[in-house]
Amino acid sequence: MTDTLTPVLSANWADERAWKIANYEHRGGYTALRTALAMTPDQIIGEVKDAGLRGRGGAGFPTGMKWSFVPQDNPNPKYLVVNADESEPGTCKDIPLMMASPHTLVEGVIISSYAIRAHHAFIYVRGEVLHVIRRLQQAVREAYSAGYLGKNILGTGYDLEIVVHAGAGAYICGEETALLDSLEGRRGQPRLRPPFPAVAGLYACPTVINNVESIASVPGIVGKGAGWFASMGTEKSKGHGIFSLSGHVARPGQYEAPMGITLRELIDLGGGMRNGHALKFFTPGGSSTQILTGDHLDMPLDFDSVMAAGSLLGTRALQIFDETTSVVRTTLRWIEFYKHESCGKCTPCREGNWWLVQMLKKFEAGQAEDGDIEKMLDVADNIGGKSFCALADGAVACVTSAVHQFRSEFEAGYRTPAWELFPYERSALFPVKTAGGHA
Amino acid sequence: MSVQAKPGAVEKSDLISVFIDGTEVQVPKGTLAIRAAEMIGIDIPRFCDHPLLDPMGACRQCMVDVPDMGNGRGMPKPQASCTLEVAPNMQIQTQQSSARAKKSQEGMLELLLINHPLDCPICDKGGECPLQNQALSHGHAGSRYDGVKRTFPKPVSISAQILLDRERCVLCARCTRFSEQISGDPFIALVERGALQQVGLYADDPYDSYFSGNVVQICPVGALTSVDYRFQARPFDLVSTPVTCEHCAGGCQLRADHRHFQVKRRLAGNAPEVNEEWNCDRGRFAFYSGRLGDRLKTPLVRDGDVMRPASWPEAIDAAATGLAQARGSIGVLTGGRLTVENAYGYAKFARVVLGTNNVDFRARAHSAEEAAFLASAVAGRRLGEGVTYADLEKATQVICVAFEAEEEMGAVFLRLRKAVRKKGLAVSTLAPYLSNGAHKLNATLVPTVPGTEAEVVAALDADADTIVLVGERAATLPGTLSALVALAERTGAALAWMPRRAGDRGAIEAGCLPNLLPGGRPVADAGARVDLAAAWGIERVPSRPGLSADAMLAAAASGQLAALVVAGVQPTDFADAVAARGALEQAGFVLSLEQRASEVTERADVVLPIDLLEAQAGTFLNWEHREGRVNRINKQAPSSMTDLRALAMLADALGSDLGVRTAAKAKAEFDELGAWDGVPAPAPQVAAPATGLGGGIVLASWRQLIDGSAGNDGADFMLATGKPAVARLSSATAYALGATEGDTVTVATGAGGLELTLLIEDTMVDGVVWIPGNVSGRGLGELRVVPGATVTVTGGAA
Amino acid sequence: MSGHEFQSFFPESGTVDMADTSTHITEATLVEMRVLADRYPQARSALLPMLHLVQSVDGRVSPRGIEACAEVLGITAAQVSGVATFYTMYKRRPAGEHHIGVCTTALCAVMGGDALLEHVSDSLGVHPGETTADGKFSLEAVECNAACDFAPVMMVNWEFMDNMDPDKADLLLDDLAHDREVHSTRGATITSWKEAERVLAGFPDGRADEGPAAAGASLAGLAIARERGWRAPEAPVRLKEEQ
Repeated sequence: MTDTLTPVLSANWADERAWKIANYEHRGGYTALRTALAMTPDQIIGEVKDAGLRGRGGAGFPTGMKWSFVPQDNPNPKYLVVNADESEPGTCKDIPLMMASPHTLVEGVIISSYAIRAHHAFIYVRGEVLHVIRRLQQAVREAYSAGYLGKNILGTGYDLEIVVHAGAGAYICGEETALLDSLEGRRGQPRLRPPFPAVAGLYACPTVINNVESIASVPGIVGKGAGWFASMGTEKSKGHGIFSLSGHVARPGQYEAPMGITLRELIDLGGGMRNGHALKFFTPGGSSTQILTGDHLDMPLDFDSVMAAGSLLGTRALQIFDETTSVVRTTLRWIEFYKHESCGKCTPCREGNWWLVQMLKKFEAGQAEDGDIEKMLDVADNIGGKSFCALADGAVACVTSAVHQFRSEFEAGYRTPAWELFPYERSALFPVKTAGGHA
Repeated sequence: MSVQAKPGAVEKSDLISVFIDGTEVQVPKGTLAIRAAEMIGIDIPRFCDHPLLDPMGACRQCMVDVPDMGNGRGMPKPQASCTLEVAPNMQIQTQQSSARAKKSQEGMLELLLINHPLDCPICDKGGECPLQNQALSHGHAGSRYDGVKRTFPKPVSISAQILLDRERCVLCARCTRFSEQISGDPFIALVERGALQQVGLYADDPYDSYFSGNVVQICPVGALTSVDYRFQARPFDLVSTPVTCEHCAGGCQLRADHRHFQVKRRLAGNAPEVNEEWNCDRGRFAFYSGRLGDRLKTPLVRDGDVMRPASWPEAIDAAATGLAQARGSIGVLTGGRLTVENAYGYAKFARVVLGTNNVDFRARAHSAEEAAFLASAVAGRRLGEGVTYADLEKATQVICVAFEAEEEMGAVFLRLRKAVRKKGLAVSTLAPYLSNGAHKLNATLVPTVPGTEAEVVAALDADADTIVLVGERAATLPGTLSALVALAERTGAALAWMPRRAGDRGAIEAGCLPNLLPGGRPVADAGARVDLAAAWGIERVPSRPGLSADAMLAAAASGQLAALVVAGVQPTDFADAVAARGALEQAGFVLSLEQRASEVTERADVVLPIDLLEAQAGTFLNWEHREGRVNRINKQAPSSMTDLRALAMLADALGSDLGVRTAAKAKAEFDELGAWDGVPAPAPQVAAPATGLGGGIVLASWRQLIDGSAGNDGADFMLATGKPAVARLSSATAYALGATEGDTVTVATGAGGLELTLLIEDTMVDGVVWIPGNVSGRGLGELRVVPGATVTVTGGAA
Repeated sequence: MSGHEFQSFFPESGTVDMADTSTHITEATLVEMRVLADRYPQARSALLPMLHLVQSVDGRVSPRGIEACAEVLGITAAQVSGVATFYTMYKRRPAGEHHIGVCTTALCAVMGGDALLEHVSDSLGVHPGETTADGKFSLEAVECNAACDFAPVMMVNWEFMDNMDPDKADLLLDDLAHDREVHSTRGATITSWKEAERVLAGFPDGRADEGPAAAGASLAGLAIARERGWRAPEAPVRLKEEQ
């Protein structure tokens, strides 16, 4: 039986100057790289497959299988792109990882690139995290100096270049094909699939795009074995994962645990709900995953269990809201986020979020009219599953799950403003002057 | 029921079966579902989809259900049929059989309309608007939207010719994809994001593309409108007539929309074998030249120093008298505006009525080498016997010689660009610098000083999959055409001659050359003359080769020719405009058959007014020798006054018989004659000139599409989108001259000079200056030079 | 005033500010742009970093900056403009010496972000999207900045200012206003927005070693694990022998 928490990626975060290469090596860093370079690329892919690592960026696609889709008979260069555009509301695991231990990622990048036979890798990190970018830039420089990057790495004849690339503010670039367009210096709008990136990605060459945490998990898998990794977690969701607890809990933060931990355990570890308050609803994996309630406290947080509950594990971004919170207000703010971040390419997302925001504002102000719930659900139905990428599906998930779980609050929006039903200052963590009615 | 794609076009074994609303369709692998549905007449609504643009899947209007991908599994979500490639045995349900597809489409239209201004009553697109039409056919009658509509200031100019109304835009990106993919001019782009996303440009760079008008045509709403058509007509008040573009030899099929006998706009037709669904701005917007104040409406006869209006009988009488007095000493100069029928009229008139081979359509710089080339390598070739548009897509290499496709034949440029983009065609160009058009073809520059082409051609590599496109400008580059014929023989490469004007290819076939009779029959061939005389029912066809246009002008100037018959000619187009003007002045008698007052009509003795093309019917032959119909748009008058009819009247007055009086009759007779099947005329064998040029700067030049040509007159908005007239030099040459970019330089000959702004061109060969071929209606002829000649360049600090 | 009013009329959208053509871009900037372009297999990939560089020089995406990018990359200015107007970090008007972001995406908003933004807006006397008259501060309502466990979150020049409240914000703004040294709660000494943009462009400022590896909420789970002796399983020894 594994322990409740299993710090692997986060194990060194409290170390003095953990971001320096010497300190990382002191803890055994870059030994997995040496192990990897003694293996064949296919052996590494096999190891990652055997480990059962599923993508940590939200979709949960098996990482080793993704790598094996790269056609090795394709004469074009292969590329590895790390999706470090962490922007999904509630998601805040990759940023601390890259800030504290950028070499974990860099080592993972080198091993993963070697496995897919790439000689060029990119870390696409959102631009709004300056210090993370500093640490990544420095880690890459250190790795070059140490002979882990560049030509003839560790004398094996393997060459690899890594470029740390800062984005410029666009949630949609977390969508992998939009990320590729952005990395090519274009507007970050999703591409048609097929062709899939594994066949024609960056510069129309075979490309693997993986989340930070997925790549950072690779050194452990290669160094300690697939069996070690698979000994954690559940049957179909193996390994360790960082669970990000935020919101109305006493001690929000990063909790690295085997897949399948429950929210009840996490909230307990987080010191319970904030003093005197009770759980009202939460997102299991970011704002794009259907909200759930206290009914799901004992649901194992793994891919399949959460899906069975009608939501998605996503990025394990557990945003916790207590009973002071207006669901209508929260939903509105999420949809405002999606409206702001919609890339504009397709009709349902561009126009649908524009409309949903206005509808939700009426609910919030208590000015919605009889039938508006049905209308909103129908418009959501006209958006969901019809958009070019999953962004709008995430928006629809917010709206539909909120209405499903808390329909009466929306019905109250026919008469009463949300800020009267749920005075907003009660949800805040600090005393708020109430002069403005609602903030 | 089962439907099969283009029977015979695809091997049966390459077809796959898919089922659309239960109907089996056989289509090639890779077919998009929306195309497959079209084949059985199922109309799936769409906005962003366009068969000639790369699929985008942006508007999401064309959603269908896929209950079975062909492997027994269905797709969980509805799919955009414009990006969905069909798979064997795939089941597709459109709005006709799937409630989910129908709801998706209705919902999408509702979403598209929430921010649409619904200003259809004042929108140019109203009545022919895909959004309006599909909202009616596939949408809800009402909207549930009670929110605020997105608004922008409107409209904004994206060029002098095109306006953008962002509120109406549905962000289908057809225009931006066209500009980037088809014409390669991405001066418009999607800007901003999300609900603010819009089509935009960078402030100082208007969307000045030679092909900009296409975006107005493919806009599925009224977001893009052309300035000159705005508020001019309602679509349902317009009558549409298919026509062939008269501006160049590309042969673009167009649709002229007219009302009250006046053309209101022209659109690209749908001609997959020629211009596909595109055309250039000149073909689209330049149709005003015939309605300016200089239109000739009555015959004119000279009365001392003035031309006075006269009746037709008086004018014909005067013309016949003038020609009768000059009998045996007459030359016929024709220009590029003539249909095959009219050109045939002149060719026959010269031989039958005037008894001479003095007829030449080359109202431009020309040479004897060219005449021999046209007789041996161009005339008599039927469509398919030479290069075609389709061949350009099959070639592995295209070499352009004295030919700038984007400037000189837009439809060929677009087809080349398509082949470069989609088929990996390699283009190279023999030119003094890599033009913007060549750059967009990803072309390799073979740096060539004008005049040295023959030498460069001799060293070219080519093979049977190579096509060489040689422009008519090669006529002034001695030895070039001879070298190209030799190259084609040596390597098996195909050679195509690219004339400039719409009537040129037809004029050759009609026999408007001093060495060629109709159908490519050599004048020098006795058998050909006998056959033709028999066909025409005359005693004999003149056997003495005629004079070329230049020779006719020289002879008229010196008094050796007593009279000239001139049609569609401007002095400024000749290699020596000054001499041409002088010849017209000194000629004993000049008969002009013309549409607008010109430098020729000013100098004529009798002017016969000819109807505009839009009042005529006839045929153009494009560079491929493809026939393009000229259809009568303006039927206000019961019959039209064509060159042919005027010539027939003249023949009557001269006591002769032209034998044909109508375009239909002329065409029938011309077709009956057929092409010459005897011994072909010999190819020219002109040696490359000795190189090692003397002092001075060598002149390079070609015409720009939007220039001072008379045919562009009146298209003021389009003209405002033209490129500025500049002189181009290499930096080394400019440095040697002490000039820097932006300086005003004078490019001069003994005959005069042109002041132009200097542009330093990175790829320019040293010792060469490039200037545009027609600045404000003044051709190179004003400088009495042709490309390859030396000129002086002065200016700058020196 | 919270920046969340529903806007529907966009008179100035679609372009950067063409009225202000001032620039500090020099040949040296172009050289740096080419350095960035050379880092990628295809030069256009450098466009986002190049636009960050433009901001570090001109304090905004200037017309000259757009033109310079187009020149260096051989693409049209319209294409550059399409990119520059897509991403929210690119500013059309001069940002302040310090660019203040207050997160008002749902969770931060609920936890106090809305009130915090209103407070900061009042304190600075500018609305979100505006810059103070003295050019010291610009304010933005930012979307989720991936620090939800530190909500409500503020950003100064894209450095984290965690667990904010109005009082802490007042102190912070006062320190910045008076050019006192300020440190990010998990990052480096606050420099300026322009200097930050230069780092984002790919030219490091030597401050990577400042600040802690991690702090506060980032270490919550690790602290408990250490306290309770929880750890991941040991690696099986056999694997090493197999290799």
